[in-house]
Amino acid sequence: MSNLLTASIGRKLLMSISGLFLILFLFVHLTINSFLLLDGVLGFEEGQLFNAGVHFMGTNPLIKIIEPVLALGFLVHIVYSLILTFQNMKARGPQRYASGKKTKGVEWTSQNMLPLGIAIFAFLVVHIYNFYMKMKGILPWEPAEVEFPFFGLTATGEDAYTMVHETFQNLGIVIVYVIGSIALAFHLTHGFWSAFQTIGWNNNIWMPRLKVISSVVAIILGGGFTVIALAQYLFF
Amino acid sequence: MEKTINLTLKVWRQNGPREKGRFETYKVNNISTDSSFLEMMDILNEQLINENKEPVAFDHDCREGICGMCSLYINGRPHGPDDDVTTCQLHMRKFNDGDTITIEPWRSAAFPVIKDLIVNRHAFDQIIAAGGYVSVSTGGVPDANAIPIPKKDADDSMDAASCIGCGACVAACKNGSAMLFVSAKVSHLALLPQGRVEAARRAKAMVAKMDELGFGNCTNTGACEVECPKSISLSNIARLNREFLSAKLKD
Repeated sequence: MSNLLTASIGRKLLMSISGLFLILFLFVHLTINSFLLLDGVLGFEEGQLFNAGVHFMGTNPLIKIIEPVLALGFLVHIVYSLILTFQNMKARGPQRYASGKKTKGVEWTSQNMLPLGIAIFAFLVVHIYNFYMKMKGILPWEPAEVEFPFFGLTATGEDAYTMVHETFQNLGIVIVYVIGSIALAFHLTHGFWSAFQTIGWNNNIWMPRLKVISSVVAIILGGGFTVIALAQYLFF
Repeated sequence: MEKTINLTLKVWRQNGPREKGRFETYKVNNISTDSSFLEMMDILNEQLINENKEPVAFDHDCREGICGMCSLYINGRPHGPDDDVTTCQLHMRKFNDGDTITIEPWRSAAFPVIKDLIVNRHAFDQIIAAGGYVSVSTGGVPDANAIPIPKKDADDSMDAASCIGCGACVAACKNGSAMLFVSAKVSHLALLPQGRVEAARRAKAMVAKMDELGFGNCTNTGACEVECPKSISLSNIARLNREFLSAKLKD
């Protein structure tokens, strides 16, 4: 195992594992975010369910442990994408084909993972600035204390819902979020199945299956975040 | 009835590995659409020789699609506009009268140009030498039923073994990766009992050599699979990843 990470496949494995871990995080994130749309449906007052979700994530010790791991996941995924891309550009050489590349049937996303990743990263910076830094007390934020149902009891906590709601009344921010979500969806259509291919879990039978699952994951995550941002702007 | 076409060729000319290359434009007339692409190149060279010019250097040998010598990046695609054929199997009927055809060598840092359209593919030989073989004598041809092999494994192995090592995969890859080639060579041996014995050592040695020689990292774009004249499947790359990672984890 000693020199696994110095081998090309080892470095790809890191991209794969960190990518799948980040997808897992996104599913948790989307689940909590979906509470933004569910209050009316489940018979709660506006924002109650979401505030309970935020309270749960903010107070759960497991989340505290996983938070630095998540940061590491982002770091590994970003740093290794840059290392791999740099090596690949070197391997490609400086000379381009004068007649271009006319190979058909190659996914556009698979050839543009870095630009899509940069778009997602740009969104991530805006996103962290909008919410995370306020919730962590890095930027000033004075939320009201509100009551909400919490596992059958009533708990009090910060009114995160109002902040989210107010942020999404700004059309510019909503557009940035929609673009970020769409970039994410395209990134995942290739990224998800490619991660399994890199681990080695693929063959001629699973290839079409994984590509379908990949598209489903991309639509659920990218579409989910898009719908929530738009719904907050349009209907709440 | 024979049809003939007139063509304009834009050919990459480069005197040597360290020289600066450039495109030269040539006209060839009355090319039969029944001729192969390399025959058209022969006609061009004869024309150049008659004009006391230096002929275009290009790789070729068997001219029946099994040796892996011919290369050429033609109009934006390795081995030209047809699918699943090598350049020597490409026919001039794939082109139209008056077409301009751009002919370039493989472009990849690991495949430096030697002269004109010829690139140095010694890197592939070095990868094979690192482990792409069975090191014990397997004797004469055994009876077909002496070692039972599942039909599917035999088929997959045979499909992988059809790789001729031409390098179109590297030429098509935006990352200059040789993973399709290496995965085919690892797969066709790993799937059979005779090759299975050394599978772990082979995967590690060939990947290490591939990395050392400066090939890129695979990002599963699949351009290699599309351009491979032998239709080597991308699932071989998954098998190579599997072989390599499990070999490393056992260390």
